[in-house]
Amino acid sequence: MPMSAAEIEGMIRSALPDAEVEIRDLAGDGDHYAAHVVSPAFAGKSRVQQHKMVYEALGGKMGGVLHALQLTTQAPT
Amino acid sequence: MSDTNERISGIVGENDVVLFMKGTPLFPQCGFSSRAVAILDHCGVAYESVDVLQDMDVRQGIKAFSDWPTIPQLYVKGEFVGGSDIMMEMFEAGELQQLLDEKAVAKA
Repeated sequence: MPMSAAEIEGMIRSALPDAEVEIRDLAGDGDHYAAHVVSPAFAGKSRVQQHKMVYEALGGKMGGVLHALQLTTQAPT
Repeated sequence: MSDTNERISGIVGENDVVLFMKGTPLFPQCGFSSRAVAILDHCGVAYESVDVLQDMDVRQGIKAFSDWPTIPQLYVKGEFVGGSDIMMEMFEAGELQQLLDEKAVAKA
């Protein structure tokens, strides 16, 4: 079963409670998503580190059930 | 270190710019890999590509190697740069071109 946008958002928020999370269902098929995550926790971290924090929040789903998630991250400006 | 890890290490060490991808630059087998190829082509650098679909050991091994769950993966001068999203963000900010310049990699 593919994941719902709400499920993805919930997992990211539970690991990064102060994050702003915006999820778009790219193809309208509940399988191809774009996520934009803004969190103070990203401050001073490299892009690779920021993405890894989100992947960790998704608990191993990335690359498995969630194969098509476009991700952009940033610290609040 | 496992054999696969050593092989990956060798590939990454021997090539200035390496893209681990699904399919080949001419026939990418996934949208994310296709995007990574397009970005590198835009940057005009010479790069080596590894089709992970032809090698299950590398397909799994590369994820452990970089502690990164997805493919494609870009390496420049032995260093993991990121997947296609990070490549795109860096490209749009001009940072990827800058990195490739700084590392003085060969042009295509």
